[in-house]
This record gives sequence, structure tokens and C-alpha cells, in this order.
Amino acid sequence: MKLLNKEVTTQLQQVFENMKTEVTIALFTKESECETCKETDSFLNELVETSDKLHLKRYDADKNKDIAEKFQVKVVPSIVLLDHKEEYQRIKFNGIPAGHEINSFVKGILEVSGAGIPLPEAVADRLSAITKPVNIKVFVTLGCPHCPGAVEKAHKLALMNPHVEAEMIEAQTFNDLSGKFDVSSVPKIVINDQYEFVGNQSLEVFMEEIEKTQISVQ
Amino acid sequence: MDLQFDVGFMNNRNENVSEQTMPNYVDVVIVGAGPAGLSAGIYAQRKGLKTIVIGSSIGGQVNDTSSVENYPGFSSISGEALSHMFYDHAISLDLSVIKDTKVIEISNQGKAKLVVLEKGNAIRAKTVVIATGSTHRTLGVKGENRLAGKGVVYCAICDGPLFQDREVIVAGGGNSAVEAAIDLSKIAKKVSLVHRSLLRADQILIDRMNDLDNIDVYLETQILEVLGENRVKGVRVKNKNTQVERDIQADGVFVEVGYTPNTSLVNGFVEMNDRGEILTDTKMQTNVPGIFAAGDVVEGHYKQIVIAAGDGAKAALSASEYINYLSNEEELINEIA
Repeated sequence: MKLLNKEVTTQLQQVFENMKTEVTIALFTKESECETCKETDSFLNELVETSDKLHLKRYDADKNKDIAEKFQVKVVPSIVLLDHKEEYQRIKFNGIPAGHEINSFVKGILEVSGAGIPLPEAVADRLSAITKPVNIKVFVTLGCPHCPGAVEKAHKLALMNPHVEAEMIEAQTFNDLSGKFDVSSVPKIVINDQYEFVGNQSLEVFMEEIEKTQISVQ
Repeated sequence: MDLQFDVGFMNNRNENVSEQTMPNYVDVVIVGAGPAGLSAGIYAQRKGLKTIVIGSSIGGQVNDTSSVENYPGFSSISGEALSHMFYDHAISLDLSVIKDTKVIEISNQGKAKLVVLEKGNAIRAKTVVIATGSTHRTLGVKGENRLAGKGVVYCAICDGPLFQDREVIVAGGGNSAVEAAIDLSKIAKKVSLVHRSLLRADQILIDRMNDLDNIDVYLETQILEVLGENRVKGVRVKNKNTQVERDIQADGVFVEVGYTPNTSLVNGFVEMNDRGEILTDTKMQTNVPGIFAAGDVVEGHYKQIVIAAGDGAKAALSASEYINYLSNEEELINEIA
């Protein structure tokens, strides 16, 4: 059964015409203990058909431990977007980006392909002062209309600063992780497993929380 | 897991105007891009008025509705899909829509209006339609703020899936509350709907709810407190008839107790009632000439998508009349001079 209907396929084709460079989608799966790996694979297989600039590489996370480690892949299914040199851009989607989340996934692809929208200058200035590692987790559900906005912001910040990485986490698929971070409302944003807020807040709010991680402990 | 793809990105390619490229003088500025704002836009554009819609969210609250079953022409449609259709319709008429942008000030500037956007850009207009909608109301009880996002939630379609096989409470008795209870009954183990008076939801929804065996309904029951330290443990309620207090255990509280109008933008500028709703005449004109209002933000008893859309139409037609009157008057002044 095809996951993407004709209408969605046409829309994807049109949107991807804006891509400037090639993008490789690296998918990490496992043979067992992964309920959504198979459908994530089918989804991506159909998605890459919509543009010549899209490529799919499949990895078994157990058999390719070194590559998984290089891209900080810790769960499956996990999708990593790589640029035209197949280099890690520090953005990931853990769980299938279906439902509303296809919007942030498409935006992520456009960003990595060089067709992104610049950050507001004031935010870019603050972001350039970030020099210590930052990890942003954005917990989402697929029925949440506000969630893609938060994922897009987190990913944009990661793309613009080599010390920042950002990952979408589908809260239902990764129930244990959601429980660990007490996710009862989405989008929930967790920074360096320590600072958190709820909602698709402004880039300024993201920056405020990120800046908290930069204060050195004496 | 529901594997459908809700594509909203298609709207991006339709963006025909931005804050940077917007004109500096128009006939109508519409603030808000929900059903009222987009309907006003469609009517104004078709009247040949130079129109611009500025909104922070396309579709507004409609997006938070899992399924809309009372908008004529659609026996059942997702809120998201309906707002896409509103937007696509508006865009097909070449209506200018600035998205993801807030208006921070509206004032009189001679006979024109000055509308200031959050990034400091401003636009002048002959008329303004305020269609800023409303946001969910809070319960206003002890524990609610402390546990917000820790079990107290305000978006059933967003946060419902996080309560799989858990027990939840829905607070409220209107259509949104009953719909939330029905949706949640498919995910949660048990749903308790708690409402301080009698249900005011549509009978068709109440019947559907009553058919489900994992929903308990507590009417004329007031929530006194949300219980729990770092996570919701339940609520303390009081039955209004018996005055008996008891605790209901739950992992989540879904608050669906109505809406409060988004009128901070025009506070002190146009007349409002004590609930903060904008007062208008039957042609949607506020007490300030040239300023109109439509949708949930306006004083009125029923907050419905179809009513908001109807209000929007009235406001746009009324703005058009006002503009005609203005230009006639100008001609008159010119003739005399």
C-alpha cells in the first residue's frame, strides 16, 4: 500500500523543486524490537522518489555501530539528514515524521539543501556566542499542529551553529524517553537533558534556555 | 499510529506578500487569519478592495479541532483540512496574507488607521477588521498553573496520545469538552468528564458519548483543585447538590472550559463588555468609525466556525460600505472646495 497519496506526492515534487543541492537521508533501523521501522522505510522510499536530489541510505544500527555513533543515533527508527557532501548537519528525526510532522521534515530537507530562510539577525548574534555543546530534544505527537514549528526552530538553530544538535522525538514511539522527561504536553523542548519548556515558543525563548547551558560551573 | 500526512507546507509556495513587500496603504487590514479573518478577506477582495490579512496562525483554533461536523457542506472534516480550504480559497483570489506575524498596535491617524506589526513595520488602512479570535480559558483553581504541562493540558488532539491506557479527566461541558472525551476514550483507559452545571454540547455528541462505556460523567460538579506534587494525581471536586467533596484519580486533566477573547491589542481603543468581548452594532462596526470586528472576539453567545465566518462576511461588506461613504464624502469636499 502506498503511504503517500497522489496529491501529497505532487505537492512534495513541487516543494522539492526549490532544493538547491542534493540531500542524503540516512535511515537507521533494527531488525527486531522496532514497531515503526518498516513503515518509516516505506515512507522514505516513496519520499525520495519525488526528487532527483534526494537519496536514501539505509543502516542497521546494530551492524553499523560506528556510523550510528558518528551521527549520535541512540534509538530506532532514526533519520539523519546529510548535506551534499554526506556530512552530518546535527539534525535528526527519531520516529516516523508522519501526520503534521511531515511539515518539519520537508522544511529540514529544504534547509539542508541550502534553500533555508536566514535567522533574524539578533538571534544569529546570540547563537554565535554558543561555544559549548548543546543538545535540543523536541518531543512531539503526530496529531499536534503546533509541534512542527518547534522542531523547525530547534533544527534551524542546530544548522547554524556547529556546537548545537537538535532532534525530534515522537513521544508515542519512544514512550520510555517521554516518561523519563515527564512529557505530558507537546511540543516539549528539553535542552541538555536539564532545561525545559512547553509549546512552540519564540526563538528568543529557545535562546534563553540554551544560554543557561553556557554558564560554566565553578 | 495514524499514518496520514497532513501537509501544510504547500501553503508556503503561495505566500505572495511579506512584511517587507507589503503595500503601505490599503483599503482593509484584517487582523487574524481564522475563519472570521479569512472570510472577511474573501468578501473584501471580491468587492475589489485592496485587502491584506495579517495573522499569527492560519485557521486559528480550527486547527485544534480533530473533526468538524457542523460546517455546512462538510458532514465531517478535520479542522486542519478545513482551515487549509479556507486559506486556499482566499489565496486563489490573490488575497494578500502575511502569516506568522502579530499586530501590536492599531490607532487612528487622521481618517486612516495605522496598524503596527511586531517587527516595527507599519501599514495604513481606511478600515480595519479585528478578527483575533480567542484562546482557551483556564480553570482558575489551585494546582492548575503549577501542574500545567505536567498533566494539566489544553490541546486534546496534541496531548491525547501521551495518555495511552491512562486515566484522564476532561473539564467542561460544551462541544469541545464532549468531543475531547470521545476522542480520548479511544486512547485512555478511562475518561471522567466533569462539568460544573449541565451539558450544553449538541445532543448528537452527548448520545455518542453515552454509548461509550469507559466515560464517566459528573455533572453539577465543580473542580476545586488539581492534585499532585510534580505530576497530576487527580482532582478534588464538589457536588453542587449534595455539597459532598471527593477526589477523582487521574493522570491527566484536559481543560476544555471555553475561551477568552484576544483583545489586548485593542484594550482601551474600542468598547468592550466585562468579559473582554468587543461590542459592535449589527453591521459589526465598533464604536470607532472604520474599525470593525468579527468572530470569537465579538460579543455574542455562540462561538462557532460558521458564525465566525458569517461575522467576517458582514464586517467586510460593512467596511466596503464605509469606504464608499468616505470617498463620496471626499468628493463632496473636493467639489465644495
